[in-house]
Amino acid sequence: MAYNGGAVIVMTGKNCVAIATDLRFGIQHQTVSNNHPKVYRINDKCFIGISGLVTDAQTLYQKLVFRHNLYKLREERDMTPQVLSNLVGNMLYEKRFGPYFTEPVICGLDTQDKPFISGMDLIGASVYTEDFLLVGTMTPAMYGLCETLYKKDMNEDELFETVSQCMLSSIERDAMSGWGAEVTIITPAKTYKKKLLARQD
Amino acid sequence: MMCEEAMIDRDDYAKRVRKERKNRIMIEINFDKISSSIDSNHEEDITRDLKYLSTTHFELPPNSKPGEFLDQVWDHPNAPKPIEMAHGTTTLAFVFNGGVIVAVDSKSTQGSYVASRTVKKVIEITPNLLGTMAGGAADCSFWERELGRRCRLYELRNKELISVAAASKILANIVYSYKGYGLSMGTMITGWDKTGPCLYYVDNDGTRLKGQRFSVGSGSTYAYGVLDSGYKPDLTDQEAQELGRRAVYHATHRDAMSGGFINVYHVKETGWVKISSDDCFKLYQKYYNVKPINDNNNNA
Repeated sequence: MAYNGGAVIVMTGKNCVAIATDLRFGIQHQTVSNNHPKVYRINDKCFIGISGLVTDAQTLYQKLVFRHNLYKLREERDMTPQVLSNLVGNMLYEKRFGPYFTEPVICGLDTQDKPFISGMDLIGASVYTEDFLLVGTMTPAMYGLCETLYKKDMNEDELFETVSQCMLSSIERDAMSGWGAEVTIITPAKTYKKKLLARQD
Repeated sequence: MMCEEAMIDRDDYAKRVRKERKNRIMIEINFDKISSSIDSNHEEDITRDLKYLSTTHFELPPNSKPGEFLDQVWDHPNAPKPIEMAHGTTTLAFVFNGGVIVAVDSKSTQGSYVASRTVKKVIEITPNLLGTMAGGAADCSFWERELGRRCRLYELRNKELISVAAASKILANIVYSYKGYGLSMGTMITGWDKTGPCLYYVDNDGTRLKGQRFSVGSGSTYAYGVLDSGYKPDLTDQEAQELGRRAVYHATHRDAMSGGFINVYHVKETGWVKISSDDCFKLYQKYYNVKPINDNNNNA
């Protein structure tokens, strides 16, 4: 789980969700790339952040896109984050005895534009929360800060500010993640991405 | 007055421990002896104490090979994690016509946790000698401080500055005498003596090498790349300082365990001078002309 490094935070606000990722891709201590977001778009109202071993994250994401495309053809609609969460959980448990070394978090807005976030361990044990979730190499150090800065029902600007501060502070204390960060904000009207200026060491 | 038990020299102690383990008896502290030595203020007591102060003593585990003993301790399933500060490091030093440049990073990590970004990894041994820190922070700072003390004593005794060759050999001999005890240090000793600018590499194996360019630590390979490609002996002072700074900067970028601030020192004929201490983030913004974007419009 700490072979490539990385950090992902998801947080909910009032009718909006934010997902932040760092940009480092490394092999143990060697930084190979500083343009490697761990957040993937499934559709405009549903994103997945996958931390852990990058090779498994990519495989998992590709399988997920395939399943999402099949779903769209059959159902003629996009997947909701709830459905995606169940799908990922099942896909992970299929590999119960030889798991993908990943920790995914799913976030998005459901059909009523209510925020949804969930996360799971490498074999698909899901957790559902109302406020925030973190995965990656620095989770113990990140939780305190998130708990301190999080408020209920933030608007999208407040949410962006909070999630950005949490991400920047946590990558400051983690040698295995950082080298830039990216925040995606999902609202009923639009979904947009912002890059954060961060240390390069 | 110090307790006698703590001051027994190493060989005696090891011998006694071995004997006592055989006999299975506890070490007895003779309290009468301690209190009597407090009462009598004899000169010999004082000189004896001074003798103990002039050399360094460590308590040793009751074991003939402390290094192996420590490994066994760390291998135990319930053992605490060994605390080694400053394990990831980039330090570099090189000789050129204008003296010696020493450049180091300042990040200290414990595993992947960043313990500090503001560690001083250049150790100012004397006003004429500099040392660098890589490996165990405690080992480096303690022994280079001890080296400083011995160099100052040499100066007072011989009425001239110690040569860099002699100073580095003192350190090499110390670490060699502790070989197998688990010391961890990779250091460069630099200065300017009668022979001119001088640079030595000394590590915990007892290796001691004279050279023109050295880099030590987890980021050293990256630093060598920049240093070797930009090095020539006739660099100006500014060029040389910038080369050292750039080499460490690029190493901090690639190496996850290095970073923080970059400290640059220049050793001149008159002694060392601290040139700069730059935040890597500021250098990143300077080298690549990156500025924060201040738009509050949510369009990206």
